[in-house]
Amino acid sequence: MADNKFAAYICSGCGIGDAMKVPQLEAIAKKEGKMAIVKSHPFLCNAEGVQMIRDDIANEAVTHVCIGACSRRAKTEAFQFEGVAMSRANLREGVLWVVAAGKDHDEVRQEMAADYIRMGCAEVKKMTPPAGNTKESSSKRILVVGGGMSGMTAALEIAAAGYEAVLVEKTGALGGMAAQLWKRQPFKEPYAAAQETGVAEMAAKIAANPKIKLHLNTTIAETSGAPGRFAVKLAQESGAVSEETVGAIVQATGFTTYDMAKLPELGGGQPNVVDQAGLEALAMATKGGAIKRADGKEVKSVVFVQCAGQRDETGTHLSYCSGHCCGTSIKQATYFKDQNPEIDTVVMYQDLRVPGMGEDFYRSAQERGVIFTKGKASTVTGGDSCNVTFKDLILDEESTIATDLVVLATGQVPNAGVDLEAWNPVVTAAEGGNEEAKIQRDAMRTTSVLKLNYRQGPDVPQFKHGFADSHFICFPYETRRTGIYAAGPVRRPMDILQATDDATGAALKAIQAVENAAVGRAAHPRSGDLSFPTARLEGCTQCKRCTVECPFGAIDEDEKRFPVFNEERCRRCGTCMGACPVRVISFENYSCDTVGSQVKAVEVPDEDEEKPRILVLACENDAYPALDMAGMARINYSAFVRVIPVRCLGSVNTIWITDALNAGYDGVMMMGCKKGDEYQCHFVKGSELAHYRMSKIGDTLTQLGLEPERVQTQEVAITDNARVVKLINDYVAELEKLGPSPMKGFG
Amino acid sequence: MTTANQSANLGALERYRNNFLKEVEANVEEGHMVKMCMQCGVCAGSCPFGPHWEHSPQKIFMMIRAGKRDEVLGSDSMFMCTSCYNCMVRCPRELPITHIMHGLANYAHRLGIAPKGQPTREFATLFWNNAIKKGRVNELTLTLRHYFRGGLVSGIKEAMAMQSIGLGLFLAKRLNPMEIFGGHGVKDLKGFHAIIAKAKEIEDRKKGFTA
Repeated sequence: MADNKFAAYICSGCGIGDAMKVPQLEAIAKKEGKMAIVKSHPFLCNAEGVQMIRDDIANEAVTHVCIGACSRRAKTEAFQFEGVAMSRANLREGVLWVVAAGKDHDEVRQEMAADYIRMGCAEVKKMTPPAGNTKESSSKRILVVGGGMSGMTAALEIAAAGYEAVLVEKTGALGGMAAQLWKRQPFKEPYAAAQETGVAEMAAKIAANPKIKLHLNTTIAETSGAPGRFAVKLAQESGAVSEETVGAIVQATGFTTYDMAKLPELGGGQPNVVDQAGLEALAMATKGGAIKRADGKEVKSVVFVQCAGQRDETGTHLSYCSGHCCGTSIKQATYFKDQNPEIDTVVMYQDLRVPGMGEDFYRSAQERGVIFTKGKASTVTGGDSCNVTFKDLILDEESTIATDLVVLATGQVPNAGVDLEAWNPVVTAAEGGNEEAKIQRDAMRTTSVLKLNYRQGPDVPQFKHGFADSHFICFPYETRRTGIYAAGPVRRPMDILQATDDATGAALKAIQAVENAAVGRAAHPRSGDLSFPTARLEGCTQCKRCTVECPFGAIDEDEKRFPVFNEERCRRCGTCMGACPVRVISFENYSCDTVGSQVKAVEVPDEDEEKPRILVLACENDAYPALDMAGMARINYSAFVRVIPVRCLGSVNTIWITDALNAGYDGVMMMGCKKGDEYQCHFVKGSELAHYRMSKIGDTLTQLGLEPERVQTQEVAITDNARVVKLINDYVAELEKLGPSPMKGFG
Repeated sequence: MTTANQSANLGALERYRNNFLKEVEANVEEGHMVKMCMQCGVCAGSCPFGPHWEHSPQKIFMMIRAGKRDEVLGSDSMFMCTSCYNCMVRCPRELPITHIMHGLANYAHRLGIAPKGQPTREFATLFWNNAIKKGRVNELTLTLRHYFRGGLVSGIKEAMAMQSIGLGLFLAKRLNPMEIFGGHGVKDLKGFHAIIAKAKEIEDRKKGFTA
């Protein structure tokens, strides 16, 4: 890029030209922004305006474009120029629509617009258009781990979409838990009777499908690489090891039932007390005939105890609801009623939860005469006649039912492999030379499912209760390891119908991932982004912060502990860039410089002008849209703020704060997403890390003679358009009370 | 008739041991819907008389499923229903709750195990017997019988307390003192009695009360 040519285009449409002096902005772009070409247009985003820019790119060899018009979130189709670096100065949502109307505000409005033009010009000069990194050899095959209902569905869906699947199953047969069921809950109209599982048909389809390569009796010995180039070593039971190259992974490793031996008070382990899987085995044994107990006696009465070891508030058992068990008990009650309506079947529940079309099935069981009793069982004694002692929650009294058989509805425990929260301290100790920790680490590694050789641990991080999920609302299937998608009960508790939907979704995500990896595009949430992080290793101090803090495990370490970036694993959030104390990490179009130069480009007025300047670093995912929406709603906020969008609050490098305060800004406000357990951060940890980092700079500020209040971090949701305005205005008022920054005039 | 009822009562016990729900399904109007209750409690919360009964419909239904025969049939709750139909309109499972409550009251009454001295039950009996006699209600004898249900002294007291209303009704030609001598009946009284007898016979047969 020897001959960079910079151009700025300012739109005077949407009322910008009426409220602001566009010729003055043009002069600033030319003189201060050092733009070679500066033009304005009354309707920049129409065909004529866009053509003007295209012509300059074609005829004048313009390589860098600064658009001074609407928000970078608007008119993205119009302002799209291949191979050209582009910045957007937000004159419409950021100035015109938020600064109070009228002559009284002309001066501050013009100053704000001028600063955004300065910032846009400064930013674009530091940018390089991302070239992307197309790989010829990128694999588009997809590995599916686990051959249960979810795994089989994923493999079939992948094949149906025209991709190759490699299906790995630990046991000698497909079907997993579903193969152990006599029947499954109804999934088709009229949802009134249990249906065949269809496992055998699916297994046959898989065997016959040339696009699916099946490995039975196989586990994963090692997974290395990144999306598009995962190298997976497969260990057969026989001891043979083979290797498969795949582009993405669907982890459908399912669940294990909660061990009922942990429930002695509910009769776990006693004769004629079984769990739901045990009842399926009894039903399988007679295949529709009269269900017999282990001692051979025909069951004439049965009690289903729901929430056995689930929704436990004492911290002893599972604290969550497994979702499928009410429906499963209803299904199992119909096994009895359909065979002999005279059998007494009682389902003892605290809250009956039947998601999906389960209500219809619930009604059909009531019609069959299944008795539903709202009660909480306290003790169960097994034996020839079992006794269930319970509290009737409607009649508010203790009661006891005698019955031939008791079925405990225990929950689902995910097969998610190693818990990285437990893994990390062990590894740290082992690396420190602790022999015991080394043994413990090796033992933990054998329980791993994926056996990733990532620096951050051998499995995907778990979210809540050991499930391999990353976020409950926004990103189903998405784990915190790019290109690895969790599906089925390993992700959250679910029934077969939900698991098959889930597997289909994960299969589609995996296909996206292999396609993205092949052309060097980012996956969700910066989908399509071609930029990727690079590090000037000569400046690196091997502090490991980037490798530790990367929320997606994208960065490994070489023998000398230098970071090794796996671009295909990267989500382009820039958390590594924010972490780096020596600022050697950058993206082509987003770096310490692109933001830093914007911070410095702002003209900070002198103390006596009584015009404070506040820097707002706003997360582009939630906070920046919220600010834009405040503009769309024409809610005014202070014209003293200068907003810079950042990819994630995690990418905020403290140098920007220091630069801003040194330049005489009166305050810095950061707006990120909600952090913590219920986080809404699109990059999982970014917002949390930013809050943590900022909590550490208070001392530094005090040493500089600055009040800690001059730096603020806020959690903002995308719907907070009214609140962001209040946050800004309150902060401006607070800073006015604090008085101007003592650093003014020293910059 | 009492002995017949008692034997039916015993028979029912014999037949439905441990399964009162089935007894209710066979003998109570709309009883087959009791099993469809999902215990949400909307009926209990909707009843304007809620705090004044022993058991809400929700509890009655749960007690039926729990096999609490004596408690259900001995409860005064069904007699307290004013037929406002709030519960029935609001029930998400569309149970005909009001009808079931009346059905239960009727069943308990016929079995002779409904609570003694329950005012609604007593007045209903009085009303029925009065109406059956001539095919229409004789308001004068009905009122007097009601006043004197507790004996002569309390009857006189109650009648005295109500005398101005009685006088007003008389002056407005709403009350004919001559009705005290039996009053007038429907046109074909014999036919009417035959209809009632037939209806009773059908109901008895349907609900297992045939002697």
